[in-house]
Amino acid sequence: MIQTAAVTWTALEPILPELLLIGIGVLLIGCDLFIPRQRQVLPWLTVVGCITALIMVLGARPVTAFAGMFLADGYAMVFKAICLAAVIMTSLISEPFWQTVGTRQGEYYSLLICSLVGMLLMASANDLMVLYLGLELMALPLYALVGLHKRDQRTSEAAVKYFLMGAFASALLLFGMSLLYGLTGTTEISRIAKMIAAMQLAANPALLAALGLLLAGLCFKVAVAPFHLWTPDVYEGAPTLVTALMSIGPKAAGFAIFGRVLFYGLPTLQSHWGPILAVLALLTMAVGNITALCQHSLKRMLAYSSIAHAGYALLGLLAGTEEGLAATLAYLVIYLFMNLGAFAVLILLATPGQCRESLDDCRGLATKHPVVAALMLIFLFSLTGIPPTGGFIGKFYLLKAAFAAGYPLTVVGAVIFSAISAFFYLRVVRLMYMCEADAPGLWQMNVTHGMRAVLGVCLAGVLGLGVFPGSFFGWIVAALAGN
Amino acid sequence: MIPLSWYMALAIILFCIGVCGFLTRRNVIVMFLSIELMLNGVNLNLVALSHFLDSMRGQAFTFFIITVAAAEAAIGLGIAIALYRSRRSVHVDTINLLKG
Repeated sequence: MIQTAAVTWTALEPILPELLLIGIGVLLIGCDLFIPRQRQVLPWLTVVGCITALIMVLGARPVTAFAGMFLADGYAMVFKAICLAAVIMTSLISEPFWQTVGTRQGEYYSLLICSLVGMLLMASANDLMVLYLGLELMALPLYALVGLHKRDQRTSEAAVKYFLMGAFASALLLFGMSLLYGLTGTTEISRIAKMIAAMQLAANPALLAALGLLLAGLCFKVAVAPFHLWTPDVYEGAPTLVTALMSIGPKAAGFAIFGRVLFYGLPTLQSHWGPILAVLALLTMAVGNITALCQHSLKRMLAYSSIAHAGYALLGLLAGTEEGLAATLAYLVIYLFMNLGAFAVLILLATPGQCRESLDDCRGLATKHPVVAALMLIFLFSLTGIPPTGGFIGKFYLLKAAFAAGYPLTVVGAVIFSAISAFFYLRVVRLMYMCEADAPGLWQMNVTHGMRAVLGVCLAGVLGLGVFPGSFFGWIVAALAGN
Repeated sequence: MIPLSWYMALAIILFCIGVCGFLTRRNVIVMFLSIELMLNGVNLNLVALSHFLDSMRGQAFTFFIITVAAAEAAIGLGIAIALYRSRRSVHVDTINLLKG
């Protein structure tokens, strides 16, 4: 029963990017501790390490490692690229943000890297154990990151809410996993699918209970209604930079395990989870878009908008087809660019001593800073889903996949809620372009090269993917099929 | 020998006590303890299943869960202390700055 095998170093090859990042994370702690005067090294070390890991991930061959526990396939590759890109771009805009806020946090970068390793593990997990470890490795540094700004009352409140909800969701997820293990006798996701088909467990009530618990836990993690209640508070209370990261990286990683468990692990239960997810997706879009209408804080509005976008991204998943999965992946890539762009502009608006997060702070931005206002306009158009931006293409593929899979009512709902969302996104545009500034000369923007690079990449991503979507979508379909 | 169903029933009871505690208690520390109770329900379930299925995976999983729970406790208590320092309370009803 117990087999021993000699350790071969070549077996480590598939996890080299993760190992590199762990090394960088440890190095960052050391640098922060022993050469505190050279702190400008930290962001560069982070960015260089992540870019190296990104190149390694994109160039890797599809392999299965560690007796099927770790899967470096095309599906994982796309999710890893999203998470790595999110962390690279957040660390590029970190320095001006922390200068504005007025604190220097050395541990910030090592926590960021630890969390990133967790996200990469989640994307590659083909075993419930690895999946859980990746999830916790992602979540634990994030709890600390949310509460990083210890003197601000709002961040400790956000951290405690996030922590309690996250731990509760993990416990629900774990109980579902333990039931799944009891029924199938294995924790390997691809073997679970085979065992369920072989033992004809599809109608087993315990399996359905496991599915329910797993769905509840996963919905908590990606903030799908009715499990979204922590999201607006945490996103508003966390430092803006951490919010920007949380709304993209961990969400994408959450979708990675969502897809892995449902699409690869429980495909036989598609008739059960498909309709459930259709209802949840509609509810999420309704809650996200309608509640965003009555927000006065731009940051909280973006938090509700990220809930709504999780609802859109579910549309591809609930279809349960390869095409739907590819649409979800494509949407998450586009969402990375448009959401990070919007958050980067929000970070630009902040001035020392004032967070300037309310909608009124955008008044008259276009007359003072036409370029920044134009960028925000493009990102908001993309979030609404107006052509020729990437947001339109992403939604188009998602709706097409959901319609083809036989959920016309959900598609109609998605279109209606998308139209509703135009109101609150375009309200910001109206404030920027058609209102006078209350007090002139309030913005002293700290535009660094990193910020320029991030805004440029986001703009290129949003417009490029919107104008030439074919080859990009083809790349994702090929990556999914190539495993 | 005690049959598997008894173990699982105990695990489910522990898990449900944890869920009820989390949903009804208003003190952050007690809510956190309830989560630990839920995790212990899961651990019991995994170990019992592992024994009856004659597979080591469940026990390995349990070790990971115990380890992660310890790390989680460290971070959770750290956050609770940060909250107590700024508010002088760890009562959930007083954590109400963020809403809307």
